[in-house]
Amino acid sequence: MKTLLLILITAAPVAAQVPYERILEAASEPENWLTYSGTYDAQRYSTLDQINRDNVDQLQPAWIYQTGSLQKFEVSPLVVDGVMYISEPPSDAAALDLRTGRPIWTYRRSLPQGIVTCCGQVNRGVALLDDQVFLGTVDAHLVALDARTGRVRWDVEVADYTMGYSVTVAPLALKDKIIVGIAGGEYGIRGFLDAYDPRTGERLWRFWTVPGPGEAGHDTWSGDSWLRGGAPTWVTGAYDPDLDLLYWGTGNPGPDFIGEVRLGDNLYSESVIALDPDDGELKWHFQFIPHDIHDYDATQVPVLLDAEFRGEPRKLVVWPNRNGFYYVIDRVTGEFLVGKEFAKQTWALGLDENGRPIEDPATIPNKRGALVYPDDDGAANWYSPTYSPQTNLIYQNVREKGGIYYLADATYEPGKIYMGASRRVVPGEDPKGFLRALHPLTGDLVWEIAVHSPPWAGLMSTAGGLVFSGTMEGDFFAADARTGDVLWRFQTGGRVYANPITYMSEGKQFIAIAAGNALLTFALPGLSPLGWRSPANWDRIEEGMSEEQVVAILGPPTKREEQFLSYLQLSYEGQVEGSGFVSGNITLERNQVAGWMVEPPVFDH
Amino acid sequence: MIAGTKGLAGSVFLNEKRLFVTRCPSAELRMRPRTMKRGVPGIGAVGVGLLSFVVLWAQPLFAVQVSDEGQGKRLYESQCGSCHGPLGNGGKGANLAQPKLRRATNDQALFNIIRRGIRGSEMPGSPLTPSQVSSIAAYVKTLGRIEPEDVPGDGIRGETVYARFNCARCHTVSGRGGSVGPDLDDIGARRSAAHLREALIEPEASLPNGFLQLRIVTRDGRTLTGIRLNEDGFSIQFRDLSGRFYSFWKDELDTIEQQWQRSPMVSYEARLTSDQTDDLVAYLVSLKRAQ
Repeated sequence: MKTLLLILITAAPVAAQVPYERILEAASEPENWLTYSGTYDAQRYSTLDQINRDNVDQLQPAWIYQTGSLQKFEVSPLVVDGVMYISEPPSDAAALDLRTGRPIWTYRRSLPQGIVTCCGQVNRGVALLDDQVFLGTVDAHLVALDARTGRVRWDVEVADYTMGYSVTVAPLALKDKIIVGIAGGEYGIRGFLDAYDPRTGERLWRFWTVPGPGEAGHDTWSGDSWLRGGAPTWVTGAYDPDLDLLYWGTGNPGPDFIGEVRLGDNLYSESVIALDPDDGELKWHFQFIPHDIHDYDATQVPVLLDAEFRGEPRKLVVWPNRNGFYYVIDRVTGEFLVGKEFAKQTWALGLDENGRPIEDPATIPNKRGALVYPDDDGAANWYSPTYSPQTNLIYQNVREKGGIYYLADATYEPGKIYMGASRRVVPGEDPKGFLRALHPLTGDLVWEIAVHSPPWAGLMSTAGGLVFSGTMEGDFFAADARTGDVLWRFQTGGRVYANPITYMSEGKQFIAIAAGNALLTFALPGLSPLGWRSPANWDRIEEGMSEEQVVAILGPPTKREEQFLSYLQLSYEGQVEGSGFVSGNITLERNQVAGWMVEPPVFDH
Repeated sequence: MIAGTKGLAGSVFLNEKRLFVTRCPSAELRMRPRTMKRGVPGIGAVGVGLLSFVVLWAQPLFAVQVSDEGQGKRLYESQCGSCHGPLGNGGKGANLAQPKLRRATNDQALFNIIRRGIRGSEMPGSPLTPSQVSSIAAYVKTLGRIEPEDVPGDGIRGETVYARFNCARCHTVSGRGGSVGPDLDDIGARRSAAHLREALIEPEASLPNGFLQLRIVTRDGRTLTGIRLNEDGFSIQFRDLSGRFYSFWKDELDTIEQQWQRSPMVSYEARLTSDQTDDLVAYLVSLKRAQ
């Protein structure tokens, strides 16, 4: 016993060690969810298939974590090595034990008075890098927390919240940097994208999404309008390690609805920007809407995929845009390839061969009221799409709802709304919502599921042949990714304003979603979290797995012995109901499973 | 306890006086050690149930007379003094006997803090009426006239004492250090010098609320000692003294021994010279980071 205790005490404390290399290879460990969109290509696709078309109808709740907040709960959780990391609105964070759903620590931020956010004091998630958790806050700070304890390592100001700046985006951990965007496009901010040193909080670079004097694109803003030009960056981007390019969407120019005070194309608002992550240098940009006057923020998650396009292999970024068009863009050069309506829209008569919209002047906000589709909540919004390589389809939750816009004054005052229109709903209209499956290279509709109201839920697809989504009426559901047949649904009792994720814990696949003010997890019944007591879990052990992977499946070992050279032996033994005394050993060499044995035979098949 | 108050969500009128029933969220944890260690008579009778009640008499509801400094003082002593000290010079709660308060930067902020508490801290809100809160706030402002607490010692030297005695093995400053002991990031704003001195000499007399050392024996024979993070009817989460995190279903465990009033921290009374103690206390008092 003494030896055992010594081993336990000298063992390194279990800290979330998430080096950049691990996030880069996140697809190789689908049992965890290491970054906002699952992987840097932001496909939000998981290769897990324990939950699949054949058994998803048995999915049932595992545990539920209640937040104390009444704000919209927009989190995309992260999962690593037995712990789930979430943010809670307005600017809190928690680490939850995957086994039980119970909090390991919570971070409760004391916020100053007078914070302004257009659309709720929300937060979409944290980032993990090495042993730290990174959280943006509505008072426009970036905070680094010790992943083990939630204690503050550092806390730096990103921007001045009294000017209308806030951070709601989940940061992106990339190489040795934390990338953070800003919100506040309704307050006349000047937008940017930042990179911070994870060790110190020092800002390493800032890319202004509204160029200042002397910078390229500055002449696309009349007068001094650039000072209040907006172009916020409030949704997490994607990264291509081969091209070493960071892709990020930018929001509306300010004021949202009045174009006369900011003549010109208003770069780089309403764009996808491709940056060198090392220094923030702009490599290319594509502007979806030059001089937007409808508040159609291009703040969506860029989805990266490689495909044969018109006969040649190409690296693409695809984009179901808030403005109702689906875009296919070459992500090496920024060349526009395809633009196709995927939702009801009336603001554009079409796109020209360069993807530049031909706008319908009748939809420009005026004193009498101008009707336009979609309204400024958009056909899409911040919530995530997903691409399934298994079905070769892209999935998007779609909003079809119009608005009537009346021009209003917009006088800039720091920290005050700076928009320039009021909105009325369309009388008698019954807004519609859909989950749509689109052909990734054309944007053509393959199937759709009508949901009751325009949704605010993100999507996730899995190798189980499933796509998961939620509704404003509280339904969380799984559909057959090929056909759109709804195979399972669960009434969560709260509106779904969040993206689903999936992960493994103790040999079981889980699906997690935030709904209402709670975080819910689901798994298949039968396989209770038995860890090493479950023969099915021993079946999952494979050569080459790491100690962490083994422990994720079997649970912590009864005994852990480091042996000569670089061998490690994990032992599991004890009474198991129905099987008697069970004893198993796993040998790892250089942290890779080299072999294992387990008795009695029922456990070894 | 006064019969008839149970089950009343708010208050009852009794002989034209208003009876306030106030839930004291930390009463259980705070009282238990006192009961055991010092044997305060009568406390045991109040009960160590889930809810402990503090009952107090106050002015009738409609007599909004903030000018009564006596009322502010009485309310302060009954509602606030157990954490902030009878003279406001701190203890478990922040030292209020200073001319400028760190968070309550103006009257409105002071009022709001007394009313709503401070999120993420040990300071709870209170169900007192606005006039009562105002009278407490008025009294708290008078506390600033008290002479500041005398903190001998040198904080710079104290930092080297902190390093030399490896306090960071268990405690964190700026998020760096161990995970077993409490975070000391802004301990100087949350605890008085006297309280910190006491904690060094007799750690087990000044444990933070909810701090519980556990000894656990698993069904497969392992014995683990650590600090509880969380517990429910079916599971328990804790961190062992090396900082390793564990989560068990209770049916995986043979024994859960709750070691209330035990601390892994040893007394530093004999380990530190009195100069070193002064210096270390001065260093801890200097830790006042805002957020």
